[in-house]
Amino acid sequence: MSNADVPVVVGERKWVNHALGFAAWVTGLIFFFPVFWMVLNSFKTEQDANTAPKINFTPTLDRYDDVTKSASGLLSFGEAFTNSAVIVLISTLIVLTLAIPAAYALAIRPVHKWRDVLFFFISTKFLPVVASILPIWILAKNLNLLNSRNALIILYTGINLPLAIWMLRSFFSEIPRELIEAAEIDGASLKGQLTSIILPMAAPGIAATALLCVIFAWNEFFYAVQLNPVKGSTVPIWVTTNISTRGDFLAKLSAASVLACIPVVLAGWIAQKRMIRGLAMGAIK
Amino acid sequence: MSTTIRPEITPSIQPKVTRFQLSESWRRRLPLLPALLIMIVLTQVPFVMSIYYSFTDWKVVPPGPRNWVGLDNYDFLLHDHFFKDATVTSLQLTVFPVLGAILLGLGFALLLDRKFFGQGLVRTLLITPFLLMPVVVGLVWKNQMFHGLYGVLNWVIEKLGGTPVDWVSRHPTTSIIIVLIWQWTPFMMLIMLAGLQSQPADVLEAAKVDGAKPWAIFRQLTLGHLRPYMELGVLLGTIYLLQVYDQIAVMTGGGPGSTNVPYFVFQRSIGGGWEFGQASSFSIVVVIASIIIATFSLRVLSGLLKGEEIA
Repeated sequence: MSNADVPVVVGERKWVNHALGFAAWVTGLIFFFPVFWMVLNSFKTEQDANTAPKINFTPTLDRYDDVTKSASGLLSFGEAFTNSAVIVLISTLIVLTLAIPAAYALAIRPVHKWRDVLFFFISTKFLPVVASILPIWILAKNLNLLNSRNALIILYTGINLPLAIWMLRSFFSEIPRELIEAAEIDGASLKGQLTSIILPMAAPGIAATALLCVIFAWNEFFYAVQLNPVKGSTVPIWVTTNISTRGDFLAKLSAASVLACIPVVLAGWIAQKRMIRGLAMGAIK
Repeated sequence: MSTTIRPEITPSIQPKVTRFQLSESWRRRLPLLPALLIMIVLTQVPFVMSIYYSFTDWKVVPPGPRNWVGLDNYDFLLHDHFFKDATVTSLQLTVFPVLGAILLGLGFALLLDRKFFGQGLVRTLLITPFLLMPVVVGLVWKNQMFHGLYGVLNWVIEKLGGTPVDWVSRHPTTSIIIVLIWQWTPFMMLIMLAGLQSQPADVLEAAKVDGAKPWAIFRQLTLGHLRPYMELGVLLGTIYLLQVYDQIAVMTGGGPGSTNVPYFVFQRSIGGGWEFGQASSFSIVVVIASIIIATFSLRVLSGLLKGEEIA
């Protein structure tokens, strides 16, 4: 892969184009291989999975059966997915409800020193979650929030809010000023401006932002494992319950991993173009 | 906006206008307040609590009195070689993955930023690792790619005539760096693609017409255009990678070469050490260091927060 040949515009030779297309395919396939192998392993028996890599085997769905049937006393598949779905959806909705007005106040009718405010939001991301876990654990314990969905809903809101405000602010600042000023002269309230102009125009950006929030919340492990080890636990914890210290587990683990990742991977695949456009539109400006 | 012109019309309503302007600035602040309040409660309250704990000798197990010890914890940390090791590991697990992911991401983005058969499909393959759960990524790499006996990597190494390596236990830092690069390259690639696709086509066209070589165009136009996108990638990557915990927890469970500072704080506190006072002092140092790095990179180096004033 030579950078020299890359910025192609016109008149480049055909074979260079073909060669680079081929290089892209090879890169893509190699890069994707661990995912492919995980999916393949999930259809194997443990004997077939725990041996030198092999591709000729009789596929079976039994591992999916194993991992979705509730194991004795451990977190069940159904519980984990319900908890994750509820926690992720509610926290993402709260994030958007808070971030949209905040981004308005940073981009469209900016408050005095909006840059400092934005910097404050970003700087909170530099507080390592591990550093805040002690007080949060103590607070959650005293407020009786340990092992409840509510604790994670609140914390995931905190995790995603700064990123959402940052992204939405840049999307909002792309909206032509004239449109908003026209609406203001017509006497549109904040709510009116939001629903008639800002939200429709920033819709792709809002979707990309929401998707990122969903990805980070769905995949979050640390808070979930520390605060909800017993009840109200989420999918990442459920995945780790499929590791056993005795006996082989790779095929089972692969099946659990595939199930755990499918919702977010599908959403990401569908929204990938929008995400790229979203980043191009916003993030930088 | 129209309100600011009013004083010039009739000076007699001056006092009223001043009051109105006050409420105007509050009207601007109002939409911001709920988010600001929540973030202050969720981050500053724990932070202040941590600062307080860091001046005490609080041990939770075995439960004991919480005594004020002043700067003792900080003095201890300066001389604790475990903390020093964890700091070095933290830097390794941040700098190498960020650089690796940015370079690979740029390369992939350049490959994708052209028309070829199956372009969308290749892009789909390439973004997938970013969408996977970090816990899954760690476990899958450890047990199927890095595995000493059945791992794919060792299988390839043996086919090529090399000696198999016990990746995770022998080279924990490298193993985790590889996993992190694999997971973060797609994110950097998306940012770079966004940058490439927002390049003004007419400028590139003009350069081409003027007979500029592709390499010159890339170096003089594309790289300059991509700079803010790279800064964004470095910033976001650093923020998230400084805090890596999941992959370490499931791949090595800590140890020399894989315990970064967040994992160290965890080990010393709720992970079994229960020395809340001492662990708090570690986290305070991390936070302060992070804020200094962030302030420096955001305010001094980067143009990200310097865009022209909108109001």
